[in-house]
Amino acid sequence: MGKGKSVTHVIDKEWCKGCGICVHFCPKKVLELDRRGKVEAVRPEDCIGEKCMLCELRCPDLAIQIKENQEGEND
Amino acid sequence: MSTNKEFDFKNYVRGRYFPHIWCPGCGHGIVLGALLRAVHELELDKNNIVMTSGIGCSSRISGYVDFHSLHTIHGRALAFATGVKLSRPNLKAIVPMGDGDALAIGGNHFIHAARRNIDITAIVMNNRIYGMTGGQFSPLSGTGKKATTAPYTTIDNNFDVVELAKAAGASFVARSTVFHASESKEYLKKAIMHKGFSVVEILSQCPTYYGRKNKEGDAATMMEGYRKNTVKIGSKKLDTNPDLIQRGIFVEDTDRPEYCEAYDEIIETAMKGKA
Ligand SMILES: Cc1ncc(C[n+]2csc(CCOP(=O)(O)OP(=O)(O)O)c2C)c(N)n1
Ligand code: SF4
Ligand code: SF4
Ligand code: SF4
Repeated sequence: MGKGKSVTHVIDKEWCKGCGICVHFCPKKVLELDRRGKVEAVRPEDCIGEKCMLCELRCPDLAIQIKENQEGEND
Repeated sequence: MSTNKEFDFKNYVRGRYFPHIWCPGCGHGIVLGALLRAVHELELDKNNIVMTSGIGCSSRISGYVDFHSLHTIHGRALAFATGVKLSRPNLKAIVPMGDGDALAIGGNHFIHAARRNIDITAIVMNNRIYGMTGGQFSPLSGTGKKATTAPYTTIDNNFDVVELAKAAGASFVARSTVFHASESKEYLKKAIMHKGFSVVEILSQCPTYYGRKNKEGDAATMMEGYRKNTVKIGSKKLDTNPDLIQRGIFVEDTDRPEYCEAYDEIIETAMKGKA
C-alpha cells in the first residue's frame, strides 16, 4: 500500500459462504470469520491492499473487494 | 468500459442470482472472478460477448454473467457456440465447461471444434469429477481415485486436456489453477484475444465430492495442493518429480486459418459462381 492510503474491505455478508479461503491465505492475518461464519476484516490496518489482493482474487463468492482510499478521501 | 473505471464485480454479474448456487469453497467461483477481471482489463463491451454453456455446476457460469448467454445441453455447448459464432463472427464466444461436459459426453464436439480452429474460447474447469450429479468419476479423474461410481477406486486412465487439445489442433492451449487466480486471468485474456480455437484448462476444486471422497481436506487445503503439485512449464523440479503438472501457455499459433474467415472466403468464391 502506498503512503497516505488506507484500505477498505468491501464485504457482502449475504454473498459470503464462510469457506475460509480468504482467511487461510491472507498473509497478514487481517481476516477472520464472525460468529455467523461470515468474513470480517478484524485487523484492516495490517492489510497491504493492492500489493496483495489475494482475498479478492481467490474468493469464490465475489464477496470481498479491496478498495484503497487516498488519505482524507473518507473523512 | 475502461480500466480507468475501478473494477467492481457487481458491474459484470446478474446480481439478482447471488449468492450463487455453488457450494462453499467451490473453485468454479474463482474462475468466474478471474474471467470477469479479464473482461474488465481487456475493456471489452459486455454486449460483444456471448457465453454458451452446457450443463453442470461449471456451466452455471453463463447464468451469472451479464453478457449475452445461452445455457444449452450437456456436452453440446461447443456445437451451439459454433452456430452462434458463424452467424455473428464479431462476437467474442466464450464456452465454460466441466471436465465431464467437455471431455466425456462432449469429447467429440471438443476435438472437432479444435480441428476446425474456430474462434471460440473454451474454459475447461477441471475438478476431476461430475459435481452436479453427485460425484461420479469423469475421464479426467485418473486411476486410483474414489467416486460414487468407484467406491473401490477408478481403473480408467485420464485424458491430458493440454495434450488432447494440442493433438486435435487447438491453436492456443494453456493451463493454470484457481490457486493461481491471477495467472488464470492472464491466460484467459490471451485466449479471448487469440483468433482461433483456444483452450484454457483451469484446475478447480470440488470440495463437496472429489475432496470428501478422496480425503483431500477443505477448499483451502485443496488449493494448497495446486500450489504443491504444479510447476511452470519446463521447471527444474520436473527432473526430480516428473509427476508435477505443468502450468503455462503450451501453444500459441497465429498462422493457422480461422474457420469463420475461411468460410467467408468460400462464400465470396461461391458468389462469383465459379465452382
Ligand atoms: C444428455 C445428458 N446426460 C446426462 C446429464 C446429467 N448430467 C448433468 S451435469 C453432468 C456432469 C457434470 O459434470 P461436469 O461436466 O464435470 O461439471 P461439474 O458439475 O463437475 O462442474 C451430467 C452427467 C444431462 N443433464 N444431460
Ligand atoms: S473467500 Fe469469500 S466466501 Fe470464502 S470466507 Fe472469504 S469472503 Fe467468504
Ligand atoms: S488484500 Fe491481502 S493482506 Fe489485505 S486482507 Fe486481502 S489477503 Fe489480507
Ligand atoms: S458439487 Fe462440487 S463442483 Fe458442484 S458446486 Fe459443489 S463443490 Fe462445486
